[in-house]
Amino acid sequence: MNSAAVLALTRRELVRFLRQRTRIIGAVGQPVIFWLLFGAGLRSSFKPPSWADSLSHAVTYQEYFLPGVAALIVLFTAIFSTISIIEDRREGFLQGILVAPVSRLAIVLSKISAGTILAILQAGLFLLAGPLLSVIGVGAEIEVSWSVSRMLMAGVFLMLIAAELTALGFIIAWPMNSTQGFHAIMSIFLMPMWLVSGAFFPGGESGWLFWLIRINPLTYGVAGLRRLLYEQTLPVTPELPSMLVCLAVTATTTICLTLISAAMVSRASVHNAT
Amino acid sequence: MSQPAIHADEIQYAYGSRVALSDVSFSVPSGCLFGLLGPNGSGKTTLFRLLSTLIPMQSGRLEVCGLDIQRSQADVRRQLGVTFQSPAVDVRLTVSENLICHGSVYGLHGQALRQKVAEMLERFQLSDRHSTIVAKLSGGLKRRVELAKGLMHNPRVLLLDEPTTGLDPRARQEFWDLLLAQVRAHGTTVVAATHLMVEAELCDQLLLLDLGRKVGDGSPLQLQSRLSGERLTLKLRDATQLQSAIEERMQCSAKVTGNQLTLRVQNPADQISMLLGSFRDDILGLELTRPSLDDVFLELTGRSLIQSGDQHE
Repeated sequence: MNSAAVLALTRRELVRFLRQRTRIIGAVGQPVIFWLLFGAGLRSSFKPPSWADSLSHAVTYQEYFLPGVAALIVLFTAIFSTISIIEDRREGFLQGILVAPVSRLAIVLSKISAGTILAILQAGLFLLAGPLLSVIGVGAEIEVSWSVSRMLMAGVFLMLIAAELTALGFIIAWPMNSTQGFHAIMSIFLMPMWLVSGAFFPGGESGWLFWLIRINPLTYGVAGLRRLLYEQTLPVTPELPSMLVCLAVTATTTICLTLISAAMVSRASVHNAT
Repeated sequence: MSQPAIHADEIQYAYGSRVALSDVSFSVPSGCLFGLLGPNGSGKTTLFRLLSTLIPMQSGRLEVCGLDIQRSQADVRRQLGVTFQSPAVDVRLTVSENLICHGSVYGLHGQALRQKVAEMLERFQLSDRHSTIVAKLSGGLKRRVELAKGLMHNPRVLLLDEPTTGLDPRARQEFWDLLLAQVRAHGTTVVAATHLMVEAELCDQLLLLDLGRKVGDGSPLQLQSRLSGERLTLKLRDATQLQSAIEERMQCSAKVTGNQLTLRVQNPADQISMLLGSFRDDILGLELTRPSLDDVFLELTGRSLIQSGDQHE
């Protein structure tokens, strides 16, 4: 019965998304523009990290930035998906669900699954289309793997990152009454978190920035995705953890954040009535 | 004696140090249309939230269809249909999509779900609007979708919080006609929180709340018959100017609203002819009515239910 509820609520989210076209532009447009502009602007000053030596070609900034932009698209989609919790609360829809005989975990899972589906669709499309831009001369040449097995694995991993970030967004959005508050958290917490995940720049192999990147769970998402973009296995360096570590950290974080979300929803409080 | 639909025993609730409900006990018979009447801040919204399982109980006991609201929360939720003051319909979905989503959440699926959606559309005269996005519907129709949604899973108890807020009198009347027809046909118990006299007068039983306390209960008729005398409303050329003269002549206090003067009379036939004898030229019209629920509330609490901006039609 609860799986039917999760399905119905997920479907509602997807239908709402499709009826708000601007959300698509918001979640994909900005990251793609970043990618093209930063890719062109930082091309000459970019120094590839040590793991890039193992590749037969020189890694351009645009190629380095590719998984980072996919992570940014996922982050934006997760934010837009979870901001809808605040809207649902304000519009009264959420209260209607809270008084229904559904498990609280089902409420969380429906938000996460909708956010995840939208994120992998958009980020996956970018990962497929992005490298093709170089063909028409907009981007630098990018040499990533085009094998089906790699793409599938990248897709699955992307799904995990998407669930992780949507659950994080859920935890932020749940206690809030206004979307402005969420925008503030986005500027001072979520965007910096993305910046120090190895998505935008390599952090070097020591120093405070290196440690900041190291303790950031999103680092392992970006690194894992980066590994899956190449056919060959990249070497393990301080900046690029092994696939196993990436998978373990991302999966553990996703599960923890989901359970925290469910615990927050389960706690009956006055906040639910407002 | 059948089991009451709702039984509340010494309910207390406080938001921090602010007490919202204290020692409220009442019982709602099965199949009854029960009104929670009180002004804003009377505690009726808090009581509504407790009944709908939105906020946790702090003290006292609350049973719905014999089930303890805390120990059997999931079962209680299955018995309840809830319509909040802010509409819980998704305005970006169509009417059908809203009903399908709601039905699925309450465990309906497949053929049964489709049949139920069609039935509700029919019962609430929404069939021709089934594919309209809810945002494009009028306020009255939105409320009807909301009601169809609330009744879709055949709840034994329907909770309504200020169900006709923002509706014009005609849409309000339509809403109640439809609601009453539906719940009477299915024996559904209805609990409606309201501060509108017109709605309260429709109820079988009322619970009057003020400042978190129960100040009275009973049928509207029982409550009204607590007050002796009748209410006389005079339409005057200049009510303010004549107030003291009329009060002196009638030896009772009168209330001025606009160009109207309201007073309570014990012996209308004599008193009206007395008034007409003295103030014939100033009286544009007069009306004799039974005491309203507002008069009852005023008598019980010293305060009026009607607040600025609210009018009872």
